[in-house]
Amino acid sequence: MIKIEHLAKHFGTLEVLKDISLEIQKGEVVAIIGPSGSGKSTLLRCINLLEKPDGGSITIDGINILEKGVDIAKIRSNVGMVFQHFNLFGNMTVLKNMIYAPMVVLGLGKEEATDRAMALLRRVGLEEKAHQYPSRLSGGQQQRVAIARALAMQPEVLLFDEPTSALDPEMVKEVLDVIKDLAHTGITMVLVTHEMGFAREVADQICFLDGGVLAEKATPDVFFSSPKSERARQFLAKVL
Amino acid sequence: MLNFQAIASYLPTLGKAISLTLEFTLLSTILGFIWGTLLSLIKISKVRPLQLFAQGYTSVFRGTPLLVQLMLIYYATPQLLNINITALQAGVLTFGLNSAAYISESIRGGIQAVSRGQWEAAMSLGIPKWRMMLNIIFPQALKSILPSLINESIALLKDSSMVSIIGVADTMRWATLVQAKTFRAFESFIIAAAVYYVLVMCLTAIGRRIERRSRVSD
Repeated sequence: MIKIEHLAKHFGTLEVLKDISLEIQKGEVVAIIGPSGSGKSTLLRCINLLEKPDGGSITIDGINILEKGVDIAKIRSNVGMVFQHFNLFGNMTVLKNMIYAPMVVLGLGKEEATDRAMALLRRVGLEEKAHQYPSRLSGGQQQRVAIARALAMQPEVLLFDEPTSALDPEMVKEVLDVIKDLAHTGITMVLVTHEMGFAREVADQICFLDGGVLAEKATPDVFFSSPKSERARQFLAKVL
Repeated sequence: MLNFQAIASYLPTLGKAISLTLEFTLLSTILGFIWGTLLSLIKISKVRPLQLFAQGYTSVFRGTPLLVQLMLIYYATPQLLNINITALQAGVLTFGLNSAAYISESIRGGIQAVSRGQWEAAMSLGIPKWRMMLNIIFPQALKSILPSLINESIALLKDSSMVSIIGVADTMRWATLVQAKTFRAFESFIIAAAVYYVLVMCLTAIGRRIERRSRVSD
């Protein structure tokens, strides 16, 4: 599904990602963890080209998205993203947030887009908020809408960039529950998270990033019980 | 000492003068807004020559007096280009071009103040750039700069009195003419002042209403 090979990225002289290679199967849930500044978010943002890598290749569904002339918008509409700070469009109601891209990008009719949006809102338990503006919603509710908005595009891949880091503690669970639900639907998910318990529970693979290097890749059971690298051991000793 | 009776017979023509002031303000606001928006987009674009043009433009229009610009456009344009331009056209053009310089700075600031996350969310959904600008970024920018846009149109309304110098029959021109005919300076100009004040108050009230309505998404 997604094949990353020798990916490199630097900001100025700072090397953020060094020779990262990683393969993600269709329907797999991959959690990227690691210390702050290890390049987790940058790696995630490279997958939908919010950051432009300096080297290597990223192949999604057989298409190298770093090649010149690829339709970036088309790739992005197939790779949804959920942000730390939700980023719902402030000038649109919840419903408008959800139907806008399906109508403009996918060319859906208003009725069809609305039906799709309402079904998704029902799924995240926010049907009654459809006509509210995002500023009236709690952080947890906004994030659930943001997830629903990404799903409205029916992407094959969903990226989560620390989806619960900006939330008050009591709202973390409602968002994690929604993500957990999705994990079983066959959608491919890559998530950057600091919630170790959650990563262990939902992920099929754990990628441990340290200093821009993919230091370890293993199943959650193996990674959390017997990490191979010294750095992963130190990291786990700090966070668990 | 005061004799409003003396100018009473000129009052019927005041209505026409006021409507010209309003027409003038409206036209220059529209021109200034459209051109100012384009300039602001140029300023945030990554095309260097265009950027330099917009910066130079703003610098010149903010760095020279409005009255001088008005004279240049009204008297110098016909001389250089051999075309005829009416006083009203020259006025609207000057005020529109001038106000665009100021407005473009406000709009640029407003656009840049919209959080980066809004752009990224739009991009991540595959929304085309011009759509993003038109439906997501611009409306939010506009909301945050609404007060300064209203101030700008108030300034335009008041500065419009300057076009009386080149002979546009606006409110100020009316006062000057009445004063010349009746030798009643106070009566003429106090009426002009009152007219401008009432118009500015109306504009302020309209502005407040628009602002209140734009706050539904807060």
